[in-house]
Amino acid sequence: MDKMKEKNKTAEVSLSADAISEKIKRRNKIYKGVSVFLFLTPALILFCGVLIFPIGASIYYSFFDWNGFGTKTFVGFANYVELFTSQIIPFPLALKNSLLLAVLSVFIQLPLSLALALALGRGIKGERFFLSVFFAPVLISTVIIGQLWLKIYNPDYGLLNSFLRQLGLEEKIMALTGDIKDVLWLGNSKIALGAAFVPILWQYVGYHMLLLYAGVKGVPVELREAAMLDGASYGQVNRYIVIPHIKPIIKISVIFAVTGSLKSFDLIWVLTNGGPLHATEVPSTLMINMLFLHNRYGMGSTIAVLLIALCFLFAVLISAAFRKED
Amino acid sequence: METTTKGFKKTGTVVAVIVYCLLILWTLVNLFPIYWMFTFSLKSNDEIYGQNIIGLPHKFLWENYKTAAHTGRMGLYFTNSVIIAVATIILTLIAAVMATYAMSRIVWKGRKLMNKFFMLGLTIPIHSSIVPVYITLKKLGMLNSYQALIVPYAAFSLAMAILICMGFMDDIPIQLDEAARIDGCGLWGTFFRIIVPLMLPALSTVGIYTFLQCWNEFMFANVFNTKEFIRTLPVGIQQLSGQHTTQWGPIGAALVIATFPTLFVYMLLSKKIQSSFMAGAIKG
Repeated sequence: MDKMKEKNKTAEVSLSADAISEKIKRRNKIYKGVSVFLFLTPALILFCGVLIFPIGASIYYSFFDWNGFGTKTFVGFANYVELFTSQIIPFPLALKNSLLLAVLSVFIQLPLSLALALALGRGIKGERFFLSVFFAPVLISTVIIGQLWLKIYNPDYGLLNSFLRQLGLEEKIMALTGDIKDVLWLGNSKIALGAAFVPILWQYVGYHMLLLYAGVKGVPVELREAAMLDGASYGQVNRYIVIPHIKPIIKISVIFAVTGSLKSFDLIWVLTNGGPLHATEVPSTLMINMLFLHNRYGMGSTIAVLLIALCFLFAVLISAAFRKED
Repeated sequence: METTTKGFKKTGTVVAVIVYCLLILWTLVNLFPIYWMFTFSLKSNDEIYGQNIIGLPHKFLWENYKTAAHTGRMGLYFTNSVIIAVATIILTLIAAVMATYAMSRIVWKGRKLMNKFFMLGLTIPIHSSIVPVYITLKKLGMLNSYQALIVPYAAFSLAMAILICMGFMDDIPIQLDEAARIDGCGLWGTFFRIIVPLMLPALSTVGIYTFLQCWNEFMFANVFNTKEFIRTLPVGIQQLSGQHTTQWGPIGAALVIATFPTLFVYMLLSKKIQSSFMAGAIKG
C-alpha cells in the first residue's frame, strides 16, 4: 500500500516537473522571440521606411499625373510612353548620354584601373604610397571635385586653357571645336560630355583600382612563381594567371561602372547641370528637374523607376555575359 | 632565377621602368589638381588669373579663409555637416549592431533570409527613395531639419554596416556567449557585456565608412535641406560658388575647408578606410 502511494507520488512529482520544464521552455521561446524582434526593430524600421516602402511608392506614383500636393490622376502607362515619345523631355538623349558614359567607363577607366592594380599588386617599392594616393580622390566630395574642375575648365582663366595658350595650342583646338574666343570645354555641346567624363574618370579610377588590387593580391604566390619558373614573361603571367583569377572582381567592377554611369548625378549637376542644350543631360538630372522645376512628381518617379530597372537589368546581363564566357 | 628588384625578372628592367613611369605620371595627375586647389585658396585674383597660375602663392592671402568663413558661412555649414555625420554614425551603429546580434548569435528560423533581405540595400540606389521620402518629409513638416538627412543617411548606410558587423561578429567565438550564459547573463546581458565591447574595431570601420558617405552626399542634401541655416558643406559650397563666380580665392578656401577633414582622417587611417571599401565590394 505504502509503496503504491509512494510510486504515485513520484509520478506526480515527475509529471509536474515535466510541466514546469515545458513552461520554462515556452517562456524561453517567447523571451527569445521577443528579443529577436526587439533587436531587429531599429534596423527594420529604417530599412523598410526609407528603402523598401519607397520603392513601392515610386512605382505607384509613376502611374499618376501629380504635382505633389493636389489630387493624383491615374494615367496608366502614359508617363512611360511620354518619356520615350515626348519632344520636350529629352529622355532618350539622357539615356544615350549615360550609356555613352558607361561605355567610356568600361573601356577607358577600367583598363587604366586594371593596369594600375596589376602594377601595384605584385609588390613593388612604394606600393602603399601609390595605392593611397590613387585612392584619395574617391574620398573627396564630388561637389568639390566638380568645383575644382570647373576652375580647371574655365574658358578665360582656367588651368587647361592657360596651359594650352602657353603651348600655342588653344587656337588649333578652337579650330577643331568651332569655338570663337576660347575653348568652352563645358559650354560647347560637341565636347561637353567628353569634358564632363574626365573628372569622373579622375575621381573613380582609384576606386576600381582598389577593388582590382585586392583581387590581384589574392592570387596565390605559388601560381605566379610556378608560371615564372616555366618561363612565362610578366605579361603572360598577368594574361594567363592573374586576370582569369580575378574575373569575379572584374565583373563587379564592370557592374559598378555601368550602374554608376546610369545613376551619375553629382558631377554632371555641378559641372553643366545637363547643359548646354541637353548635351550632358543624364536621367538623374532630368529626374531632379522634373521634380523641382516642373513639379511633375509622377514623371520624376517614372524616371526613378526606369533607372532602377535599368541598373538591375544591366547587372543581370553583365553577370550572364561573364558566366557565358567561362 | 635571378631577380633585380622584387618581382621583376632581370630581362624585365625595361618593363619596370615603364611601370614606374606610368605610376609616377598618374600620381602627378592625381595630386596636381589637389595641390592647385590648396595654392589658389591662398592667392589673389591677380595671381590666379595670370601672374602666377601654378606656383606657390607669392603672398599668402589668409583673408580668403576669413571671407569663406564669414561671408561664405562655411563655419555654419561645417557644423551642420558634423552634427548630421555624428548623429548618422550613432544611429547606424546602434541599428546595425543590434540587428547583427539577432542574426549572428540568436538561433531562429529565417535569420539567414533576414540577412539576405538587408543585403538588398547594397544594390538599391538612392534614386528610388527621393520622391517618396521628400513627400513624406514635406507632409511631416520636416524638410530643412537635421533628421531629414540623418534618417535617410542611416538607412542607406545600414546594409554596408551590417555586412561589416556580420564579418566581425561571426569571428567572435560562440563559447564566450555560452560562458556568459552559464554565469547568468541573458541575451541582453551577453549583448551589452560581451559582444559590444568586442565589436569596437568593427564599429570604428563602420563609423569611418558612414562618415565618408554622409559627409560627401549631395543629392539628398541638395533636395531636402535647401534653407541656409541647415545646409551641409557640399550644398553650401555649391551655393557659394554660384554667388562668387569671379572670386576664386575664397571659393578655393571653402573647398579646402570641406576637404581637409576627409584627407586628414584618410592620412591617419588609410589602411582601414581602404579595407572597408574593399569589404563592401567583394562580398556585395
